[in-house]
Amino acid sequence: MATVLIGVDKSEASTRAVEFALERATAEDLQLVVAHVINWSPFSFNTNVENEERPARRKAEIAAADEQVIAPMVALVEAAGRKASSQIRHGHPSETLIDIAEEVGASHIVVGRTGDSGLREAIFGSVVMKLVHVSPLPVTVVP
Amino acid sequence: MDVVVDAFNAFSELLTSIVFFAPTVGGVKVPLIVVWLVVAGSFFTVWLGFMNLRGFKHAIDLVKGKYSDPDDAGEVTHFQALATAVSGTVGLGNIAGVAVAISLGGPGATLWMILAGFVGMSTKMAECTLGVKFRREHADGTVSGGPMFYLRDALALNGRGKLGKFLAACFAVCMIGGSLGGGNMFQSNQATAQIIEVTGGQDGALGGLAWLIGVIFAVLVGAVIIGGIKSIAKVTEKIVPFMAAVYVSACLIVIFSNFSSIPSAAGDIFTGAFTGPGIVGGAVGALLVGFQRAAFSNEAGLGSAAVAHSAVKTKEPATEGFVALLEPFIDTIVICTMTALTIVITGAWRDPDAPDIGGVKLTSRAFESVLPWFPVVLAIAVVMFAFSTMISWSYYGMKATAYLFGESKKTEVIFKVIFVIFTVIGSAAALGPVIDFSDSMIFLMGVFNIIGLYFLAKVIRTTISSYYARIQSGEIKEFADR
Repeated sequence: MATVLIGVDKSEASTRAVEFALERATAEDLQLVVAHVINWSPFSFNTNVENEERPARRKAEIAAADEQVIAPMVALVEAAGRKASSQIRHGHPSETLIDIAEEVGASHIVVGRTGDSGLREAIFGSVVMKLVHVSPLPVTVVP
Repeated sequence: MDVVVDAFNAFSELLTSIVFFAPTVGGVKVPLIVVWLVVAGSFFTVWLGFMNLRGFKHAIDLVKGKYSDPDDAGEVTHFQALATAVSGTVGLGNIAGVAVAISLGGPGATLWMILAGFVGMSTKMAECTLGVKFRREHADGTVSGGPMFYLRDALALNGRGKLGKFLAACFAVCMIGGSLGGGNMFQSNQATAQIIEVTGGQDGALGGLAWLIGVIFAVLVGAVIIGGIKSIAKVTEKIVPFMAAVYVSACLIVIFSNFSSIPSAAGDIFTGAFTGPGIVGGAVGALLVGFQRAAFSNEAGLGSAAVAHSAVKTKEPATEGFVALLEPFIDTIVICTMTALTIVITGAWRDPDAPDIGGVKLTSRAFESVLPWFPVVLAIAVVMFAFSTMISWSYYGMKATAYLFGESKKTEVIFKVIFVIFTVIGSAAALGPVIDFSDSMIFLMGVFNIIGLYFLAKVIRTTISSYYARIQSGEIKEFADR
């Protein structure tokens, strides 16, 4: 059974991406993996206090992502009578999505066109653009 | 304010005479504390089998993340721990301290500074390995460590529990003093001097307003450490590496624009290191002042770095030891040497008034000869470095306070308020007593920390060598190869 990876965040476009993938999954009996990447760089500069609190914050970030991002998306899938596994990871968003896709053996990545990071994305370019540029797998961008 | 400053000056004088007890050997005053630090560095360099050289490439690989478990993404990386520690050490010692060394010890001090940096890599490796090995992981997931923990807990395992507790407590007291002194007052003092200097000196717009600058610093520091305004800290943490890069580039510009003087400057450094013509104390004077300023700059053996490095995510404490050896390398062998070369090559150290103006002013003058606009950039760099050092040391002081008086919001806030008050005193007091006080407290940390390191030398060596053996045998592989 082929696997489709859906990269999601809190945005409405992400919901549409899940709905799009869900439709295909139902028609073609595909496996679904919902993934969220928490933007993080191993090469950032932090204060001592930030470093000390990091393990606790990381846990909190993952719990928040699970509750606010992954759970609603998985609920959407389950409401349609299908199942989805999920992944939450820290890292560079587009690179990490590709890593996850390779790990789960996905044949296809689906993402929403606009993320939830608003202004930052408008200035520095979007995760989706980078993903489309570098992904070794087919990427579907849902408007 | 005058009463406070006078009382402080008297206390500082007393403390300095004890810490910097310097018997005269062959006509030269030899501060025992400097000998203490360099002997420790040399001991650990030999004891660990020159791991500061052999392990250098592995240290770089660790920082690049080659051995980081991808499952640990989101935790504190080796790079982040190193960057945080470096931003606490790179500061005025690299700019002002080096200028003092060259103006008092001549160009020869440079070579001894580099050597002190080299052996300092071993001390740092030793203390940071222990820092991670004996750190505390709290119930809420936060981690913190430092000499007070390894002195107490590791020595207890050795059957020296009482000694461990005593050393840990003494260390913590000195770290509080060092935090208020070298980590705070010295920084605000020199940063204030720079701001006044670039705005026209004592006759300029801010002349006589040192206390006001101190208050502004105090407000900014307070906003970060008491108010928890992370954005200020974040901006500083991002600008400091950038300023360091600008600083090193400017040094290179000055050095290469005096290209033809490079051979003679190198000659001055080598001959000065061994003969020290015309310098007080000759070659030994150059050696001592070089060692002293290098130790003050890279903090190896003092134990402060062990606090900063402890936050890293790793299963192998030795890894952070390897990473930590890069700290004196970056701080002393690269940045301090750059400053020294700039001062030597431009001939600024030959100015008759060089020993009197000392500090940042001498460095500033060396830059000015090639880049007339640079003193302003230097002043900004000094202020930024000073600020980030203050933030780092406020953390060290806070951890020491928590160790002595228990972790509570109340002790934390009391310490932070005292810290901020000392920021203002630092700006208003004259440089001499401030430098003396900060040197005294900071170097005293090294006394207690290093006694502990000697007692724990076996644990340190076993931890590092067993790890390194597993790297060499291929038992521990890079993550890409697994």
